[in-house]
Amino acid sequence: MNWVNAILQGVMLGGIFAIAASGLSLVYGVMRIANLAHGDLMVLGGYVAAMSAISYGVPVVITIPVSMVVLGVVGWLVQRMVLDRALRLEEMTPILVTFGLSVIIPNVLVELFTNNSKPLSIGSLGTASLDLGGGLTVGWFPLITFVLAVVVLSALHVFLRRTQSGRILRATSDDPSTVRLMGVDSRRVYATATVIAFATVALAGTLYTMKQGGITPFEGRLTVLFAFEAVIIGGLGSVWGTLIGGITLGVAQAVGAEISPDLPLLVGHLVFLTVLAVRPQGILGRSSLA
Amino acid sequence: MSAVQQQDVPGATGAATTIAVSRGGPGARVGLGVAALLVVLLAALPYLMPPGTTSALVKLFYLITLASMWNMLAGYAGMVSIGQQAYIGLGAYGVFVVNDTGMNVWSGTVVVTLAIALIAWPVSYLAFRLRGGYFAVGTWVLAEVARLIVIRFDSLGAGQGRSLDSITEDPLLRRAYTYWLALAVMVVAVLTVYGVLRSRFGLDMQATRDEEVAAQSLGVQVTRAKRLVFILTAAGCAAAGAVICISSLGVADPDAIFGVQYSAFMIFMVVIGGIGTVEGPVVGALLYFILDEYLSQSGVWYLVVLGVAAIVIALYLPRGLWGTFAHRTGFAVFAIRHRVTARS
Amino acid sequence: MSALLEVRSVTAGYGDFQALFDVSLEVEEGELLALVGANGAGKSTILRTMTGTLSPMTGSVWFDGEDVTSLGDDARARRGISLVPEGRRMFPSLTIEENLRVGAATRRTGPWDLDAVFDMIPLLRDRRRRPAATLSGGEQQAVAIGRALMGNPRVLLMDEVSLGLAPVVVEQIYESLPSIRAGGITVVLVEQDLSRSFAVADEMACILEGRVALRGPVKSLTRDEVTAAYFGTSTEGAS
Repeated sequence: MNWVNAILQGVMLGGIFAIAASGLSLVYGVMRIANLAHGDLMVLGGYVAAMSAISYGVPVVITIPVSMVVLGVVGWLVQRMVLDRALRLEEMTPILVTFGLSVIIPNVLVELFTNNSKPLSIGSLGTASLDLGGGLTVGWFPLITFVLAVVVLSALHVFLRRTQSGRILRATSDDPSTVRLMGVDSRRVYATATVIAFATVALAGTLYTMKQGGITPFEGRLTVLFAFEAVIIGGLGSVWGTLIGGITLGVAQAVGAEISPDLPLLVGHLVFLTVLAVRPQGILGRSSLA
Repeated sequence: MSAVQQQDVPGATGAATTIAVSRGGPGARVGLGVAALLVVLLAALPYLMPPGTTSALVKLFYLITLASMWNMLAGYAGMVSIGQQAYIGLGAYGVFVVNDTGMNVWSGTVVVTLAIALIAWPVSYLAFRLRGGYFAVGTWVLAEVARLIVIRFDSLGAGQGRSLDSITEDPLLRRAYTYWLALAVMVVAVLTVYGVLRSRFGLDMQATRDEEVAAQSLGVQVTRAKRLVFILTAAGCAAAGAVICISSLGVADPDAIFGVQYSAFMIFMVVIGGIGTVEGPVVGALLYFILDEYLSQSGVWYLVVLGVAAIVIALYLPRGLWGTFAHRTGFAVFAIRHRVTARS
Repeated sequence: MSALLEVRSVTAGYGDFQALFDVSLEVEEGELLALVGANGAGKSTILRTMTGTLSPMTGSVWFDGEDVTSLGDDARARRGISLVPEGRRMFPSLTIEENLRVGAATRRTGPWDLDAVFDMIPLLRDRRRRPAATLSGGEQQAVAIGRALMGNPRVLLMDEVSLGLAPVVVEQIYESLPSIRAGGITVVLVEQDLSRSFAVADEMACILEGRVALRGPVKSLTRDEVTAAYFGTSTEGAS
């Protein structure tokens, strides 16, 4: 029963990975930017949530939309002020710039808030669990995060498939120069993608912080790898692939943890490398955006 | 060294114009001469200066080594890696492994370097399945995997690090040997980058960097060139890692030796100094070395400053400090570009 | 009457290569101007300066009395200049319908919407959910034209629409031109095929090595004149 429970836990954990990865996948699909600061943005989202609860008494549930809005604005600024210019220079400039951000963000955070964990508590929800019978239990909070993941990814899917903005985003991803001929200002498209990505990463970061009970500045180093691995395992360009990738990674880590407490990371990485070796396009991989 | 080829070309007026193709002018010859002199001077330093100075210089030497390696990978072959710390760490731990077999650490460094190069070869096949930013992250994952595997070995100190206690020479001699090792590694690294770039490989790689599809269609052996650079870079970083281990008499913290901050420093040094030139990383390493000596006491704000500086330079001065200077003046100590001059 | 679209003394090129040398052209509202010339003569380059994809080195571009030289191609599209690009340039991961809908991103109002396009090209209605990447050349060209029309332009620029297509398909495209022009749209057509150009154009300009070699109403130009201008041979003494 422990194994099944572990796998179930892994599936739920995959939900958070999937939410984190969706923003990454979107930005890469539209702008071909692999945002190396993605993990640090998750941490930033966690800090915004935690500090809004601590310093401004925002109710814990409300910290989620607060974090999403704040990071959405940050995303718009970053896109306009930094990434737009980086996109026009060399192909490697955005990588260098986002890596620079990934150094700046955690070091600023550690100077402001020290390395101690900033808490964000969800109280009894953190330990409450649902008995599924037959010895299987699943935590309420992991279940909620998983459901949220499905909701977010569905919303993203609907947005990309059924709205004009989403269509334009996908067209821009296919061919940025031709889409301009239809009157589309690519900078607005990029800004839209970035704002959505930053908002979803804030959600992921806040949920992650709630799950851990708190957040520290350098955890982004871990989470960025998870987000990337989820995208690659699931397949670049597929929204649902991201969910499958997240679940796969979550399960791999949970299984690793069952074998030995020091194995989850290694098992996760090895699964990623195996997928890379054996099926590099990912499970549901395609070359287009959605 | 600066082979000048001349050709007479009929000009518009009928008078012949001499076209000369050369690598670097008199400035480069002087520059190279000065550099050679500098190396000789540096080699003599343990006889002239106290061990404190030479030990500090060891750090500068391995910084230059690392920066040059990262520059070769990214600046010439177009591959941005944030996972070179894998090889730094493996190089460092490799010293323990060869040392345990009874070999001394000096020749051990050569063995380790070759061993890591051998390991990097199959790794390249895996890494090359990814491109661009995803390649970058892939290299980071590989570094993490290396770390996680290495710390499972109790003989290597597991998660606590391990000290190097088998060096039998007396401390003064040991420090001198360490210094000369670091100097040798640096010189070999820089000369390797210079030699590779001057050769046909250099042109192959620059073509790769500028337009891979076009380069492929020209029959350039893109992947082979990239693989060679990948392996050479890994080897160079491993050598630097060995130097780090030897100079600190061991590894204190596996998280540090396999840490992504090495990549951060490498990127800073190369971006600020200048991607794509042989001298740029040296300039960047020097700058970083000086900053680090003076600013590391003020907490991590200097890392933030470095990060901001790197971003600003990447966006507004993409050739870096040396690169912009070299571009404006056409000067190069290590001349790799061809220069065409016409005289009639 | 001042022209709707005008390029004035434009020189333009790509890097070190100069493609246009002091080109001036006017297009009156409602007319169909054919740009003819050999491969590489500069016809597509002229279109690119009209749409704003390429910035001229000297000279200016005027649209409806306004200097649009500094406007990018997306801004010009919103003002009513639509291009059917060379090579069709489908969005491969989008369906036919989605490709057409993206064309409406100019947000301009006018007679062209999804139904109007489907009425003009019924085969597209049948295949609306097909991914654009799976279409034949002719189908893609139809979508490309429809997509440009969805922007409700005042000027429609068509770049080598017959390239690589079977003659039957090219026929159909040219037969649809009258219904496209029915709404009063101005058309600039780049075409290598002289006969077709003569058949549909009001005005013709012959481009040779980056210069306008000949310009005038189709009725007043002879085949020989145009052929000579096309190839750069003199008409005097032609056998």
